[in-house]
Amino acid sequence: MKKTTLFCLILISITNLIAQDYFPTNTELKQENNNYTAFTNAVIFITPNEIIKNGTLLIQDGKVIESGESVTIPENTIIINLHGNYIYPSFIDPYSGFGVSKPKKAKRERSQQYGTKREGFYWNDHIMPENKAIDKFMYASKKADELRKAGFGVVNSHIMDGIARGTGVLVTLNDKGTNSERIINDASGQYFSFKKSQMSNQSYPSSHMGSIALLKQLQHDAKWYLEGNATNKDLSLEALNTNKNIPSFIESGDKRKNINAADISNEFNLNYTIVGGGNEYETIESIKATQAKYIIPINFPKAYDVSDPYSLKHLTIAEMRYWNQAPTNLKVLSENNIEFALTTFNLETISEFDTNLKKAIKYGYDKTKALESLTTIPAAMLEQSDKIGTLKNGRYANFLITSGELFNEKTILYENWVQGNKNSINSLNQKDIRGNYLISTSEKKFDIMISGKMETLKSEVKFDTIAYASKLNYKDNWLTLTFTNKKTKDVYSSTALIEKKNDNFSGLLILPNGKETLFYATRQKKPKENKGGKEDKKEDEQKIEIVPLTYPNVGYGFSELPKQQNILFTNATVWTNEEDGILRETDVLVKNGKIKKIGTNLSAKNTLIIDATGKHLTAGIIDEHSHIAAASINEGGQNSSAEVTIEDVLDPEDINIYRNLAGGVTTIQILHGSANPIGGRSAIIKPKWGSDADGLLYKDAPKFIKFALGENVKQSNWQSYSRFPQTRMGVEQLYVNYFTRAQEYEDKKKSGKTYRYDEEMEVLVEILNNERFISCHSYVQSEINMLMKVAERFNFRVNTFTHILEGYKVADKMEKHGVGASTFSDWWSYKYEVIDAIPYNASIMANAGVIVAINSDDAEMSRRLNQEAAKSVKYGGMSEENAWKMVTLNPAILLHLDDKVGSVKVGKDADLVLWSDHPLSVYAKAEKTLIEGAVYFDIKKDKEQRKAIQKEKNKLVNLMRNEKDNGVKKRTPMWKKKRHLTCESL
Amino acid sequence: MKIFKNITTLVFISFSLVVFAQQTPAPLQNKIITISGATAHIGNGSVIKNSIIIFENGILIAVADATSSKIALRGTIIDATGKHVYPGFIAPNTTLGLVEIDAVRPTRDQDELGEFIPNVRSLIAYNAESKVVESLRPNGVLIAQITPRGGTISGTSSIVQLDAWNWEDAVVKEDDGVHINWPNSYARGRWWLGESSTYKANKDYQEEIENIKSFILNSKTYGKSTPKKINEAFKAMQGLFNGQQKMFVHAQGEKEMIDAVTLLKNNGIYNVVVVGAYEAYKISDFLKKNDVSVLIQRVHSTPERDDEDYDLPYKLAKLLVDEGILVALQTSGQMEGMNTRNLPFYAGQVAAQGLSKEKALQLITENPAKILGIDANYGTLETGKSATLFICEGDALDMRTNILSQAFIDGREISLETHQTKLWKRYSKKYSNN
Repeated sequence: MKKTTLFCLILISITNLIAQDYFPTNTELKQENNNYTAFTNAVIFITPNEIIKNGTLLIQDGKVIESGESVTIPENTIIINLHGNYIYPSFIDPYSGFGVSKPKKAKRERSQQYGTKREGFYWNDHIMPENKAIDKFMYASKKADELRKAGFGVVNSHIMDGIARGTGVLVTLNDKGTNSERIINDASGQYFSFKKSQMSNQSYPSSHMGSIALLKQLQHDAKWYLEGNATNKDLSLEALNTNKNIPSFIESGDKRKNINAADISNEFNLNYTIVGGGNEYETIESIKATQAKYIIPINFPKAYDVSDPYSLKHLTIAEMRYWNQAPTNLKVLSENNIEFALTTFNLETISEFDTNLKKAIKYGYDKTKALESLTTIPAAMLEQSDKIGTLKNGRYANFLITSGELFNEKTILYENWVQGNKNSINSLNQKDIRGNYLISTSEKKFDIMISGKMETLKSEVKFDTIAYASKLNYKDNWLTLTFTNKKTKDVYSSTALIEKKNDNFSGLLILPNGKETLFYATRQKKPKENKGGKEDKKEDEQKIEIVPLTYPNVGYGFSELPKQQNILFTNATVWTNEEDGILRETDVLVKNGKIKKIGTNLSAKNTLIIDATGKHLTAGIIDEHSHIAAASINEGGQNSSAEVTIEDVLDPEDINIYRNLAGGVTTIQILHGSANPIGGRSAIIKPKWGSDADGLLYKDAPKFIKFALGENVKQSNWQSYSRFPQTRMGVEQLYVNYFTRAQEYEDKKKSGKTYRYDEEMEVLVEILNNERFISCHSYVQSEINMLMKVAERFNFRVNTFTHILEGYKVADKMEKHGVGASTFSDWWSYKYEVIDAIPYNASIMANAGVIVAINSDDAEMSRRLNQEAAKSVKYGGMSEENAWKMVTLNPAILLHLDDKVGSVKVGKDADLVLWSDHPLSVYAKAEKTLIEGAVYFDIKKDKEQRKAIQKEKNKLVNLMRNEKDNGVKKRTPMWKKKRHLTCESL
Repeated sequence: MKIFKNITTLVFISFSLVVFAQQTPAPLQNKIITISGATAHIGNGSVIKNSIIIFENGILIAVADATSSKIALRGTIIDATGKHVYPGFIAPNTTLGLVEIDAVRPTRDQDELGEFIPNVRSLIAYNAESKVVESLRPNGVLIAQITPRGGTISGTSSIVQLDAWNWEDAVVKEDDGVHINWPNSYARGRWWLGESSTYKANKDYQEEIENIKSFILNSKTYGKSTPKKINEAFKAMQGLFNGQQKMFVHAQGEKEMIDAVTLLKNNGIYNVVVVGAYEAYKISDFLKKNDVSVLIQRVHSTPERDDEDYDLPYKLAKLLVDEGILVALQTSGQMEGMNTRNLPFYAGQVAAQGLSKEKALQLITENPAKILGIDANYGTLETGKSATLFICEGDALDMRTNILSQAFIDGREISLETHQTKLWKRYSKKYSNN
C-alpha cells in the first residue's frame, strides 16, 4: 500500500514537471526548470559524417541548443564531463508496431465470405487506409526500455494488419513524458502490404497476384473518387486521398516482392519506401533497378543443428547458403548505393538487433553507413530531418553516450538520452573491470577472468588447473564474487569496492570455514590486449567464409549464366516438323541464337562442333499448360480475376525449371488455375534457368488468359455454396454478363465520357478485340459447345480448349469454330466430369482437323512430354511425326509463336534438344537442351553439378558445426517439401 | 488366326451394345492354343526369339525355342511371327476396384476408419466390373494386388486377376498381406491450424511406434492360446506370425525403414516387404541382410528434395537391382487407378536409366510375383504355370509399340475392348460418316 502511494506521488510529480504551459497545476506549485545541461570533453557525432573530436553538447528543455568545439556555456548549466566518451544521435526505427496491438483474428466461418462486412468503406475489407495508429496507441514502457537498450530513441509505429493499413505515429521513447511530448507526428506516413487483414475473412485477394491487382485498382479508384465521380460515400478512398502527400511505406518481405512493390509505386508515382526481406543480395541488380528506398530487416537466419544426419538430409543447399550469405545483405546493398534504413522488424527479440548488426559489420558493412541507416536516412524517409536523426541545433536531444566507437565489440553504451531525459543503460562511472586477475588470499592464489558484456559480466575462476564454479555481480561499483570447488563444495564469497583510478582491487573474503579474511586482486597483463581492435577485425574477416552466389542462388544454379554459342550439330537425325520431315545424317548450324543452316557436310569457323551421330535433334518441347515457376496460381477470391497476372508472381528459383530443361522443354505457358470461370492472365516463358523473372518472360509474347468451366468453377468438389455460379447454366450467364459489361465499358470509354478505369474490364475488352486469347479449362461437351457459342455471340474466337477431354465428342464443331485443343494423353477417372475421357481423344480431334497439343498441367509430367505424345501412336494410331508435333509445333501454333519456335527451320530460334534416342521412345533422354543457342541443360554438366552440391553442402555443414562454439541456439532442420501446383491449387 | 480374331470381334460387337456392362468375362479355356513364332519375353530375364508357346486348360504346357526343339503345334494356332509375347503384368499395391472416380466420395471404398484394422479386407469391396480395371488390360496389366489405405494398419490385401464376374471369381490369392503405414519421423505442421506447413521433427514418432509394438505384441499373445473372446483385429494378424502372410510396410525414409524392419523382426514377423521405400538405396546392405524386398515408389514422380538428382525416381529401382535386392514397381499415388495402366512404361523408364530391358521387365513380372507370393503360377512364361500372357505388336515397355492383339488370363482369351475403345469407335465413326 505504502509503495503504491509513493509510486503515484512520483508519477504525479514527474508529470507535472513536464506538463504543458497552459495546463493548470493543483497538486503542487507550478514552477519551471530553465537550466541547461552541457556535455563536455566528448567525441560528438553531430551527424554520421560530421564529427567533433573534443566538443561540447549543450541542451535545454529536451532540445539541442548548440554543439561544437567552442560552445558558450551559460551560467545556469549543469556540466557533465565525459572524459573523451562518445556522443551519437540515437537511432530511429522506421518500421514497428510499437504500442499498437495487432487486431484480433476473425473467426473462421463455414462458408467463404465474398462480400464486405463494412458499410461506408471500400468494397474490400483488407483496404483500411482510414485506420489511424494514433487511435490505438498505448505507450509501452517495457518495450521502450528494450529499444533504448538497443540504442533507439524514436520509433515509427502503425497497425501492422491488412493491405492498406492507414496512418502511423512517430514517437520518442521518452519514459518520463506523456504522449503529448512523445508524439512527433500522428500521421507519420501511410502503410501498405501484400498481406490480408486477419480481422476479415473476405476471400479476395487469395493470392499475391490478387494483392498486387487490388493495390493498383485502389489507386485508380482513389483518383476517380477524387475527381468527384462517385455517387456514394467511401471513407477509405477519402482517407487515401487525404494522406496522398505523406510518406508511404509498403511491406514486401522478399526480394521478388520488392519488384512488385516498386512497379506499383512507379506506375502511380507513389514513391513507396519498401520494407524488404533480407534476401536482396541475391538479386541485387534488379533491386538496384527499382531505384526505390528500402527499410531492411536484419533477422539473419540461425544456423541449423547438423548433428543428426537423418534430419540433415532435409536441408537444401539454398537454405544453408541463406544462413551463410544473408549477413552480407547490408554490405551488398550499401555497396550498390541503395538507400536503406534499418529496423528491428521481424526480430524475435530486440536484443538480437545489436548482435546481428555487429555481425553485418563483421561481414563488411560500413560503420558510417550503418549509423546513417539508423539516423539520418530514416529521419529523411519520415520527412523529419529538422527534428531527429542528427544533433544539429534545434533537434531533439536524443543521443547516446558510449565508451568508444559505436558497433565495436567492446564499446559500452552508457546512456540513452531521449528528449533531454537521461536513461542509464550501464553506469557511466562504473569502471570496466574486464580482464585477468590474480587473487591472493591468506590460503591460496586464484586466477580470475572477467569477460562478457558490461551488463552481464561472466567470470571464470581457477586454482591451478582446477576450474571453480563462480558467480559474479557488479553494480554501483561494488563487486561480489562467489566461487565453489565443484568436488569439495567449498564456497568462497568475496566483495570489494572498485575504485576508478586503481586497476587492482581488494576486499573481504569469507573462507569455506566461515573465517573472514582479506583478499587482493592484481590485474594481470592479458596475452593480447589491443585497444584499436584493428587486428581483431582482420582476424575475424579471415575467419568468415562466404560461399559464392549462383544463378539462381539454389541447387543446380549456374556460376555463370549460359551464353549464346555458335554450334554445329553433325550427322544427326533431325525432326524438322516441316515439309522435309525427318532428315537423317544431317547437320544443323546454330548462329547468334538462331538456326542458320540445315544440310549435309556443313562447316563453320569458330563454332563448337557436336557429333550427333546416332542421336536425334528436335525442336524444344512446348508445354501449353503448366503451373511451375510461379509463387501462386489461383486467385479464387472472386468468380472473375482477369485483373491478375502470373507474370507478377514468377518464381525463377523453382527447381522444376531446371527439371523441365532436363526433359527437353524450352517454352512454357504458365497458366492461372481453374478456380473461377474467368481466371488470370498467363505468363509465357522460356525456362532460362538463372535469369530473373523478367529474363524468363518471352519477349513480345501474345497475350493469353485462362478461362475455366465445369466442376472446379462450380466448386463442386469442396464445401462451398456461396459463390455464383454453382451450375453450368450459371457459368454461361456469368460470361454473358461480363462480356456485355465489357462492351458497355468500352463504349463509354470510346465516347470520351469520364469512366472508372477497371483493369478487369480492360482485359475483357482485349478479348473482345481479339488482342488477348483464351485458353479454357474444359471437360464435357455441353460446356465446350456453350463457350464457343458465347464467343461467337460476342464476335471472337476461343483460341484453345485445354484439358478438353470430351473434345472428341464435338471435334467437328471445334474445327468449325477454329479452336485448338491442348489435352492430356491419357488422364481420366479422377472426377465425375472425366468419366468419358479417352486416350484416343487427341487422335480423333486431330483427324477432324483440330490443331492438337499434349500438355502437362503437372511438374512431373512436363519433364517427359515426349512420352505422353508417343501414347497417341498407341491410342489411335497417329503417325510419329504428327505425334511429335503435338508437343512442339502444334502448341507453338496455339500460342501464336510458330513463326519463332516449334520446328527446326532456318531463321527460327535455336531452341533445340539433342536426344540420346528416338524422341518418342521411352528410352530417350535429353542430353542437351538449348534455348536461343545457349546450352541450358547438359547431361554431363548435370553430373558435375551433383558432385559440386555435395561438396558445398559438406563445407556449409562444417561451417555450421563450428558456429556452435559461439553458443548460438540452432534450429532443427525442417523439410520444406515442395507442393506441385496444379489447376486446382488454391 | 484370322477366323479366331473375327469371332472375338463378333463377340465384342454383340456385347458392346449393352452400354453399362463391363466386358463380359471370357469362358474357361476349352481348346489347346499354340502361339508360334513370337519373341517370348519369359519374365525372368531371358528371351526366346522364335518361340512356341502351348497352353491347355489354362496352363502352359510348352514354352520352347522353335529353332532348337521340335514341338508339334497343337490346337488353335496363332501365328505371332514378328510379335512379342509377355507374361501378364502384375500391379502390386493398388486401389483398383476400390475407387472408381477419385473426386466422388460414393465411389471411394479404400480407406476405413480406425488405426489398427487388419481385419478390414479389400477383397470383398473389389468391384470386378470397374471401368478402370478393364482399361488396364489393353496395356498388358492382368493381375493386381488390391490394397486398402489409411490408418496405421490399413487392412488386408488380396490379389486378383482382371477378368471376372465378381470378386470370388477374381481372386488369385486371398488375404495375401497386411499393410501398415509406418509413422514419419518428420511430420507436416497442421497448416489448417495456422502452423507452418513444412515438415518438422515428429515429436510423437516414438510414441506412435510404441503403439504399433503394443498392437503386435497383443496380437501375438492372443494367438498363443485359444481365445475366450474373439478379437477380429488380433485374429487377422495371425498369418503374419506363422509365415502365411506378408507384412507390407509403407515407409519412405531410411530411419523409418530401419525402425520398421527391426521392430517387426524382433516381434516375430519375418516376411517383410517395404512399400514406397524412397530411400531404400541408402540402406541396401541393411535390407539385404534382413532379406527385405521392395515395392518401389512410382517411377514417374519428381524428386522429394530440390537438390536431389532430377532422375532419382527414374533410377531408384535400378539402384536396388544393382545391389541385388528383390524389387518390383508399383503405381500408388495421385490418380493411381487410371495410372496403373502405365505400369509397363514405368518399367521402360527404368530401362532408360541403364537397366537391361529384360531386367526392367522382371520388375513387373517375376519380381512382383515373388514378392506377392504368386510366383508358383504367375509372373513368368514357364511350363506348368498359368497361361496369363499377351501378344504385343512390339516392345510392350514403350508407349509407341505397346499395342496388344490378344491377351489371356488362365488360358481364357479376354476382351481387349473397354468403355474407352467403345467411345473411340463410336465417335470415329460419327465423323467418318459425315
